Amino acid sequence: MPELLAALVLLATGALAAVALRGRFDLCQIAGQSGAVAGSLLGLSGAVRVLVTARPESLVAPWPMPGGSLHLELDALAAFFLLPVFGLSLAAAIYGRAYLAGPDGKSGAAGCWFHMSLLTIGMALVVVAHDGLLFLLAWEIMALSPFFLVIFDDRKAAVRHAAWTYLAAAHIGTAFLVALFVVLGGVAGNSDFDAYAPALRAHPELCSIAFLLALFGFGSKAGIVPAHVWLPEAHPVAPSHASALMSGAMIKVGIYGLVRLLTMLGIPASWWGWLLIAVGASSGILGVLFALAQHDLKRLLAYHSVENIGIILIGIGAGVLGLATGIVPLAVIGFAAGLLHVLNHSIFKGLLFLGAGAVQRAAHTLDLEELGGLLKRMPWTSASFLIGAAAIVGLPPLNGFVSEFLLFYAGFAAVLQPGAAIAAAGLVSIVVMGLISGLAAACFAKAFGIVFLGAPRSREAADAHEVHRPMIAAMAMLALLCIAIGLAAPLAVAALSPVLAAATGLSPAAVRGQLAIAAGPLAGSIAVFVIAVAAAGLIWLWRRRSLLRAGIRRGPVWGCGYLFPTARMQYTASSFAQPLTTQFRLFVRNREALKPPHGYFPRSASYASDSGDPVLRLLFVPTFRWFDRMAARLNVIQHGHTHIYVLYVAATLVALLIWASL
Amino acid sequence: MQPLLNTIQAVGLLTCFALLATSRIGACIRWLSFQGILLGLVPLLLHADGLDLRAVLLSSGNIALKGIAFPWLLLRLRARADFSREVEPFVGYIASILFGILALCLSVWLALKMKPALGRAPFEMLDASILLILVGLFLIISRRKALMQVIGYLVLENGIFLFGVVAVVRTPLLVELGVLLDAFVGVFVMGIAIFHINREFGSMDVDRLTALRG
Amino acid sequence: MSKFAAASFLPSICALVLAPLLPGVINRTKAIVAGRRGPPLLQPYRDLVKCLRRGALYGEVTSWVFRLGPVANLAALLAALLVMPLGGIAAALSFKGDLIVLVGLLAVGRFTTVLAALDTGSSFEGMGASREVHFAVLAEPALLLALATLARASGALSLTAIYGALTPSLWVAVSPSLALVAMTLLVLELVENSRIPVDDPTTHLELTMIHEVMVLDHSGPDFAFIQYAAALKLWLIGTLLVGLAVPLRGTWWVCLPAILLGMAAFGAVIGMIESAMARYRLVRVPQFIVGAATLSVVAFIVILA
Repeated sequence: MPELLAALVLLATGALAAVALRGRFDLCQIAGQSGAVAGSLLGLSGAVRVLVTARPESLVAPWPMPGGSLHLELDALAAFFLLPVFGLSLAAAIYGRAYLAGPDGKSGAAGCWFHMSLLTIGMALVVVAHDGLLFLLAWEIMALSPFFLVIFDDRKAAVRHAAWTYLAAAHIGTAFLVALFVVLGGVAGNSDFDAYAPALRAHPELCSIAFLLALFGFGSKAGIVPAHVWLPEAHPVAPSHASALMSGAMIKVGIYGLVRLLTMLGIPASWWGWLLIAVGASSGILGVLFALAQHDLKRLLAYHSVENIGIILIGIGAGVLGLATGIVPLAVIGFAAGLLHVLNHSIFKGLLFLGAGAVQRAAHTLDLEELGGLLKRMPWTSASFLIGAAAIVGLPPLNGFVSEFLLFYAGFAAVLQPGAAIAAAGLVSIVVMGLISGLAAACFAKAFGIVFLGAPRSREAADAHEVHRPMIAAMAMLALLCIAIGLAAPLAVAALSPVLAAATGLSPAAVRGQLAIAAGPLAGSIAVFVIAVAAAGLIWLWRRRSLLRAGIRRGPVWGCGYLFPTARMQYTASSFAQPLTTQFRLFVRNREALKPPHGYFPRSASYASDSGDPVLRLLFVPTFRWFDRMAARLNVIQHGHTHIYVLYVAATLVALLIWASL
Repeated sequence: MQPLLNTIQAVGLLTCFALLATSRIGACIRWLSFQGILLGLVPLLLHADGLDLRAVLLSSGNIALKGIAFPWLLLRLRARADFSREVEPFVGYIASILFGILALCLSVWLALKMKPALGRAPFEMLDASILLILVGLFLIISRRKALMQVIGYLVLENGIFLFGVVAVVRTPLLVELGVLLDAFVGVFVMGIAIFHINREFGSMDVDRLTALRG
Repeated sequence: MSKFAAASFLPSICALVLAPLLPGVINRTKAIVAGRRGPPLLQPYRDLVKCLRRGALYGEVTSWVFRLGPVANLAALLAALLVMPLGGIAAALSFKGDLIVLVGLLAVGRFTTVLAALDTGSSFEGMGASREVHFAVLAEPALLLALATLARASGALSLTAIYGALTPSLWVAVSPSLALVAMTLLVLELVENSRIPVDDPTTHLELTMIHEVMVLDHSGPDFAFIQYAAALKLWLIGTLLVGLAVPLRGTWWVCLPAILLGMAAFGAVIGMIESAMARYRLVRVPQFIVGAATLSVVAFIVILA
């Protein structure tokens, strides 16, 4: 706890100093960066200490707060969620200085440092708040500061539109949370978290309402379908390290809220588990399908966040189902899979967004159809991005595989349960996970293949060169973490036991026992992968030796006999994804405009596809238009005359007085 | 007899999926014929302990009508109205298969709910019969060609037959024969209707019937 | 839970030595059905040796990803052999959930191959890669479904335990389900290994190929690795099916001849299928895979009910 408070102070100092020094670009950068780096390191050390000792630390500040109290508590669950918050803040701070030194970064650097630090402070406060009102206040800080990060480049209309979308989505979610805490505070009589659980035990009928409110409120922050629409709007236009922090850490705070609330609700109902699995499955599948249709690298990554939130929710849903039915292995492994994926996703998604930022700095575009061949021009960025892509796809031996392994393992364990309903749930999650990982593999084969492999598709891509060393260092740090967690999977899973004990309410001994059972298979699979890597090394050596003897020649690739291929003739991102987007056109709903070539000597032909979000187009735009129309009807009472407005006030006052005296 | 019944049930379920996934009308008719013969065997196997005349009559009637006579009629009709051999679905084949999986889950669930009410009836057949009814309805709704609607109707009828056989062990013979007769008349009328529709509109596309609106 | 049975490298050794024989059997069967003499059974081995001796020709734009693809693919399949039992004969390594590792390793092989194809910058290989991922998206859930149904039927969570429990008595108990899973696995064998009716490796048109068009530009030792890995994959998914279809369990000298005979017969069956069927149109292939997956869903529900 002391480290955490010191970290918050350091972050705040750095942020204020950056604003104060905004006239001196270099000093401003140094102030912002050093505050963020030092604060994040301190915060990380505090979180790690609590995770190791597994002893919760709490603090009640003596200052009174109207309607609530300044009650902070750092237990294992909170400490676990502080890891992505401070870890990504650290990576973003290391990366951000070189990134902001680029052409369009100078004007907004001070604001960027300020709001990044503010966002980190807000997230850390949400995670440690132990009081409803304090939680909502911190939530609002966390919800507002990204708005200023999104609107970073505010001269463009599209950016302003994206920021508005974000603001609306964030506050619709907050509305549910306010309702949630009003309900909880109503039964408990005060706003301290400790008061909620006993009050809810006295009113079990409220538990389901609280769960649904939390699912919508926290879910919209986390980005579940259909409340995901702000992610693909906001992430592409924010600075890349801000996207990394938002996508890696902020949406996870939504998951934190859900898990924290579940700990207060006692034994869950089994339909909650089913609902979570259903929501997770639809977010997972739709997220990755929408991602497949994108041409913009950062939009694509944003949709993958939706997909990964789905995977996390499937894991938590399986865990809730296990708690509800009393099947302890399912509960522990399900939660372990979900929570480990929270950490893993923050690492590889942060890495991928930083990689996308590097591509943008180097090639000045994120349009997949303009990129290509960057592997030879940016070797370090490419290698890190490849590791991130392989990890997010769930390929062994990286960290993404570990959490997906646990999820599949929970599914297979459920399939063996005697109850038909649990077995069916297991089968559904296995199939959904299989589909998601297949689609994700297709999508990242596209993203990596089109951006980094082949030949450059534009002059900008051809002229790209590697980014500055600090940016590479930030990416390499996260890439190494992907490998380390993948190879040390049994240790990582064992370290989760206090977190899982806090999340499930089971005894630490029971949790440790279940995790030990799951650690065996993980160790076995790592043995297999180590053998695979060794085999790959041996084959590589053999190949080198035989080629040294026989020689290597270089030549043009096979073009079906065509002798003058150009880079424009490569397969594009759209054509690569076309079979799949057509297959799932029911959901993807790409709008295509095709002007095919005509005649023997065709002059011009064109093809354009628009992959706008179908949920936005078919659900939100009509709804908001309807609200707009309804609101327009109220215009009849708007006259613009001040005395008429005073009349309204007076009439209301009189009506209220009469009502009160009745 | 239980393993044999189990196999018939599994194969019967598969014929439903085959009907959903097949794009050729001729193949659909053959699957229907196969399904009719398969389901015709069920009464015989259910009463295998004491072979009574009633079961034999029912089985042979069912096999003769639905396994042989109707398919032959339908094949002849198809040969006469030979335009396109494709089913021409409103709903795609993969979507149809996915519908089949959903319908299968629903019918298993319904059968679980109904089981206590039915007592000693062999319960596995119950889900197959519900699935047949659902798939029959789906085929009628989702396929364009009039012939496919007859096929859907017959699948529906197969489901009702199977439901009758397994759910009500002592149905009066007259009722079951009545159902068969009903189906016979139905197919006969539809056959004539299709013939005339085809001659009038030059196609078996039921969408064209909207032209009859004033 | 990992159990290291040193005596039990038999399945891996069989696969390493005999896998290239399987394409030989298939080609021979096809030739005989077509009334030709056909290449000798050992031809795939000769091809491998010839490719290994040759030099390599690389496209101008290719990078290390192109060269890593075949190596990683082969290494992933070699590692997958470790957890794969041969019928009743236990695999070298077995632990709960090793079937997930098998699926993961197959995914690694596919991902690296696809990236290597995209690295050439050739539109043909891009097309092959696009089709490969398209069908893999549907085939992976189908494989998981089949494995989940087998796990439910046998009550076990590792491949060795599952295949150890697939005895004749289990066949008597749940025969319809096991038969349905076997059909799913047969379809998966055809899909994953790009055989007719999904893909025709012998066609001369790049436009109609899937897997073969992805590896057009590989040559020399790289191509040998690809061919050997393809044979291993054919063998691997084949043993999933044959281990299920030949439920003979007991000591290895009883099982081994039976299962190897089964594999040979299986090669002949694939050869017959390839001779008798035409290639599907591309739009029909997803339907074929989804249909196969449906069989496993039905099998699972039949076991469940």
